[in-house]
Amino acid sequence: MEPSTTARRAVITAEALDDVLIALTAAGYQPVGPVVRDSAIVLDALGSAADLPHGRGTETSPGHYRLRDRSDGAVFGHSTGPQSWKQYLHPARRKLWSADRDPASGDFAPEPVAEVPVRYAFVGVRPCDLAAIRILNRALRRDENAEGPFIVAVECGDPGATCFCASTGSGPGCTDSGEGYDLALTELTGSAGHRFLVTVGTARGASILDAVPHAAAPQSAVMTARRIVAEARGRMGRTLPDTDLRVLLARSAEAERWDDVASRCLACGNCTMVCPTCFCTSVEDTTDLTGDHAERWESWDSCFDIDYSYIHGGAVRTSAKSRYRQWLTHKFGTWHDQFGSSGCVGCGRCIAWCPVGIDVTEELAALDETIEPETAR
Amino acid sequence: MTGKPKVAVFKFASCDGCQLTLLDCEDELLALADAVEIAHFTEATRTSLPGPYDLALVEGSITTPEDAERIEQVRAQSKFLVVIGACATAGGIQALRNFGDVREFTQAVYARPDYISTLAHSTPIADHVPVDFELRGCPIDRGQLLEVITAFLAGRKPRIPDRSVCYECKARGLVCVTVAHGTPCLGPVTHAGCGAICPAFARGCFGCFGPARGANTPALIELLHQQGESPERIARFFHTFNAASPAFAKASQDAAAPEDMP
Amino acid sequence: MTTTPTTPTTPIAQNSQNAQNTRTATSSAPMVPARYRVVANHRDTADTHTLRLAPLDQPIPRFRAGQFTMVYVFGVGEIPLSVSGSPLVGDDTLVHTVRAVGAVSAALCQAGPGSIVGVRGPFGTGWDVEDSLGRNLLFVAGGIGLAPLRSALLEALGTRDRFGFITVLAGAKVPAEHLYRDEEESWLAHGAVVLRTVDRLEPDPCTLQVPAWDGSVGLVTDLLAGLRARPEHTTAFVCGPEVTMTHTGSALLELGIPAHRIEVCLERNMRCGLGICGHCQLGPDFVCLDGPVTTFDHAEPLLAICEL
Repeated sequence: MEPSTTARRAVITAEALDDVLIALTAAGYQPVGPVVRDSAIVLDALGSAADLPHGRGTETSPGHYRLRDRSDGAVFGHSTGPQSWKQYLHPARRKLWSADRDPASGDFAPEPVAEVPVRYAFVGVRPCDLAAIRILNRALRRDENAEGPFIVAVECGDPGATCFCASTGSGPGCTDSGEGYDLALTELTGSAGHRFLVTVGTARGASILDAVPHAAAPQSAVMTARRIVAEARGRMGRTLPDTDLRVLLARSAEAERWDDVASRCLACGNCTMVCPTCFCTSVEDTTDLTGDHAERWESWDSCFDIDYSYIHGGAVRTSAKSRYRQWLTHKFGTWHDQFGSSGCVGCGRCIAWCPVGIDVTEELAALDETIEPETAR
Repeated sequence: MTGKPKVAVFKFASCDGCQLTLLDCEDELLALADAVEIAHFTEATRTSLPGPYDLALVEGSITTPEDAERIEQVRAQSKFLVVIGACATAGGIQALRNFGDVREFTQAVYARPDYISTLAHSTPIADHVPVDFELRGCPIDRGQLLEVITAFLAGRKPRIPDRSVCYECKARGLVCVTVAHGTPCLGPVTHAGCGAICPAFARGCFGCFGPARGANTPALIELLHQQGESPERIARFFHTFNAASPAFAKASQDAAAPEDMP
Repeated sequence: MTTTPTTPTTPIAQNSQNAQNTRTATSSAPMVPARYRVVANHRDTADTHTLRLAPLDQPIPRFRAGQFTMVYVFGVGEIPLSVSGSPLVGDDTLVHTVRAVGAVSAALCQAGPGSIVGVRGPFGTGWDVEDSLGRNLLFVAGGIGLAPLRSALLEALGTRDRFGFITVLAGAKVPAEHLYRDEEESWLAHGAVVLRTVDRLEPDPCTLQVPAWDGSVGLVTDLLAGLRARPEHTTAFVCGPEVTMTHTGSALLELGIPAHRIEVCLERNMRCGLGICGHCQLGPDFVCLDGPVTTFDHAEPLLAICEL
């Protein structure tokens, strides 16, 4: 495939990453991106490019995550970590409103919390996470045309062993059409020096690039970037079974495999917490000791919690197998019915951060093997 | 008459740490004293008003014949009875006696074991009288205690989720110590409530809050085996403050005899 | 209703203006309830009350029979409640029938006139009364399930000549749990047939007297045997415990009522009403958006899967 001639491209040096952050800060954005903390790459505020994980890579497998050193000094040479951009777009806990009651009349007036949105710049967003941001916004029924955070995407050159974005169609490269990003980077660490190919996705992306020292992108850099992404596609650690997962899951409701996975599943909820598209919340109505001040808080919830499905008389999904089935079936099956796409972007977080290493690709493959293909009628 | 709900705090076999959590409520202590009448709380006041009480907070486990009788009286005097802490909800660390021979202990420890009148088992309050709410923890969490009291005052259900510690750990943005460091952690089977204190300091969860609802301990035991822990050590992980809680008691048994596991 | 609704108090202009502004200003707005005042509280049974609410703020939009709202009691919490009043009522009042089964519902049952509660909604789908013009209407209720049906029943009775036979089959455990006995005469006067049944007729444990009962004894599905209405010209509205709805749905299918003309009212853990909290999922459905009212051909396969 020939590189598009319409997208504006440039090349910046590795040192110029700092200039990008400076330009973003000058434009009123709060840059956040990957940093090393507690032996993992997490997301946090970036003071300068020095905060980024230079020369740190990751090694993942089911239930396993370790940092490793990279000889190429790559800044974005890691796969996804324990956190996702969800923590900024859909915080784990937030106050919705508060109200004070007049003890005499019992009257109260809920005061919505006026949210002062932080103008974030997300730096280092993987293509899988670009897709996740889009899917999350749709699931939360947010205005998809509303101005979102500034997004500096980074194409994936070194997918992890738990990655399968090629199967979900959400990576490892970005689209030329600028879908979801303002600027997209491809990290080039070869003999020509440590550089980034920059693809401009939006006008505000262009204005940031204009504030940074850059050079026209030689065709060779564009071709190298193409090759890096193509090779990454071939090195995916995992794949989804080649079948219509909606149909598979719709026909798997009574599969025996659910009992098998339930025996291994801790029902601890980690998969849903790390999933960049899992959006479920619950609201709590709280009071203070006087009883006259009430608040409503929203916090992350999970279909693995028994009370999640509580109705009068008891929870609907008490068995672990029904809760695992709900999660997997929703993510890969009924999500299509609800939101017009799969809920999975192939980031592999749920596989790596499941303490017991349950692998969704393996579970789906097992279901695929045990469910008889529907005989033609 | 103040018209305020009468609250009493009772102690059974325990270290007092949980009831001291009440005094630890610093910022909220005045508001609490405004909202309720403390009728009996020996850690705080010599005043002791007779029952009946609107709310009784009961700390400690039942380990003596006298306490087994006294808890019946407390129950009879209390409209709403909340038990607080691992002793009261699971028998506490002293329930390790349940797995041994108490007569042997008393003879080894006391010069005059014949002065000691104690039961063979340390048992949670709910084994003796009906309990309206069980608040977990060793010790309990201050915020959760306030929530239980506040909910009682407001006539609502306390918001005390019985899910795993992992929820709190992830919501705080912590890095999983098991996955990223290989550290053994009871978080996935342990009741939330502490706010994931230990993982915040890169330590594995010790299970202070006892088993989460529906905890899959066999799956965690298998993981701990894979992490290189010996059956004896795994059994001891579960043999702490909540050793006698049915789920953890079974887990330590399962871990010690892995060949019997399903 | 036996209670006469008082005229709703004039909405406080200042407040409703504010509410309107904040609703567009922040994303938490859909989770902010509008204030309503309890203007009447009628005790239906030992544990069930019917409340009439009048708006203090900008009223919520008009509801359809079968829809639900989220009702908030200050400091206690919020629960979903189907509207049980007639959608034909010309004012902005809301009528809800509540059974005390938890902290919020118990607090609502005790909320006397003047109490202020919060309301969000209306949410979800409604009974398709409009689509059944000229047809016979069959209402089948189990227990508190009569409350959501009452809304559609009053709508149909209010425009009586647009429909054929209107039949109400209501079941309850014991005679004392039957709802709306005091307004049954008004239903009959509008040409409805009302048949009631109880699961059992036993002596009261206190008085040792067998309660007076002029209805049947047995399951609500047993009442279907006596129906003579033309099934292909009948629309059935069914609400009750899940097991009652599945059994009734199957029995109605056997009678010959088309599956898409059998409507049931589902219950899952409705929390936000907006399809964003996830709790009320039933297979592909968000019951708060795609339900609670849905056709039996849609609901039956979903309800057939254990713990879905």
